[in-house]
Amino acid sequence: MRPFTALIALALAVAFTFLTLPIVAIFVHTGPGALLSSLGDSASLDALRLSLETSTIALAIVVLVGTPAAYLLATRRFPGRALLITLVELPLVLPPAVAGIGLLAALGPQGFFDAGLVLQTSGVVAALTFVSAPFFVRQAQAAFEAVDPVLMEASRTLGAGPASTFARVAVPVARQGLAAGAALAWGRALGEFGATLMFAGSFRGVTQTAPLAIYERFSTDFTGALALGAVLAAVSLAVLLSVKLVDAPR
Amino acid sequence: MRRATLVLLALTLAGCGSSGGGQLKVSAAASLQRAFSAYDPHASYSFAGSDQLAAQIRAGARPDVYAAANTALPESLYRARVVGRPVVFARNRLVLATRSPRVRSLADAARRGVTVAMGAPTVPVGAYARRVLAGTPFGKRILANVRSQEPDVAGVVGKLEQGAVDAGFVYATDARAAGLRTVPLPHAVVSYAVAVVRPGAAAERFARGLLSGRGRQALLRAGFLPPP
Repeated sequence: MRPFTALIALALAVAFTFLTLPIVAIFVHTGPGALLSSLGDSASLDALRLSLETSTIALAIVVLVGTPAAYLLATRRFPGRALLITLVELPLVLPPAVAGIGLLAALGPQGFFDAGLVLQTSGVVAALTFVSAPFFVRQAQAAFEAVDPVLMEASRTLGAGPASTFARVAVPVARQGLAAGAALAWGRALGEFGATLMFAGSFRGVTQTAPLAIYERFSTDFTGALALGAVLAAVSLAVLLSVKLVDAPR
Repeated sequence: MRRATLVLLALTLAGCGSSGGGQLKVSAAASLQRAFSAYDPHASYSFAGSDQLAAQIRAGARPDVYAAANTALPESLYRARVVGRPVVFARNRLVLATRSPRVRSLADAARRGVTVAMGAPTVPVGAYARRVLAGTPFGKRILANVRSQEPDVAGVVGKLEQGAVDAGFVYATDARAAGLRTVPLPHAVVSYAVAVVRPGAAAERFARGLLSGRGRQALLRAGFLPPP
């Protein structure tokens, strides 16, 4: 083997080991028995149900508002567009604690206006929407930009208005990218911790999502926390696989 | 070539491991943050819920010193032979803290529509609050008003300062630092214990200093009570 090949192979081996070891450890530590018994635990079920509900609602909001917004960003040119895109993407790299304190400063009881979201399930949805939206918008914008302009042109010359071109040409053609973006945004929402805790607090059945339940359990019930972690890891894996399958060339 | 790479990698990893070289590492209850930072500003601190810190130590983390907001957690680690014998070094009082004009007494916190934050059942500040409430006639109704169970006392104080809740169960020292009005509670004096995790001169000195000297002074200044 040539030295360079050996070097990059080594880098991959190190990266692979480091990135997979924690996931492997969760499943090895847990075992199917503990996994099943934790799934029967009512506090864990409450947390998983709440996570599922809030992340699904957040995703619906993100897709409903994000799809037309991304379409505009992809198809129109206007001054300040690059700046706007950067600001919309900022939550991608923003620390969750900053997101949480920002939401408090904007929509908290002492914020710009009190939206009545703090310590409510709706506050969890707000936090998840904030952190996950850019994952979708970014991907959707790229998907719309990749739509062949000839198709759009043809649609218009055949008499379709801009709205029906969007709905009947752009969205169907970009659906793979939109689905991938939605899956990534959902995965991010499912894992949200810091912004949720700061903005919505932690209360069983109301604001305690699965990641918050894992943190609370960690101190008293390591196995239970691992089991809940295993469920989230499995769901995340399923999300990623579905993205890969959608993305796969036919 | 491959060996050179491995050596390089090993050196990089070693470099990452020795952050802060020889600095005293202290895992301490969130409520000790101000007092400890004033006592020894040079130590490296991890402030969190005492239960989270104990779980980290049980899972193999090795700070030099562990200081908890109760005696049970360090005692259980001592019985498991992962820390030295714990010593009570300070006491504190649990209070009901508020900024709301609607809350003047514990009974007010039981009124319909009043919102309350407290610690999770696993963290000492939450366990104490539940114990105090179990001994009062309005305990059940106050628990029904709880809107958030925070992982540590800093979270409860944060929710109070943001006006997210009307009242919260915190330590007297936190309420004082945050300038919150307090309602005293019955049977609410609690003990803090410290244990050396990794024996060493600096760790022993830090723990001893909490009982006499600058550590004790910093604790008293922050509003802690001396040990019995």
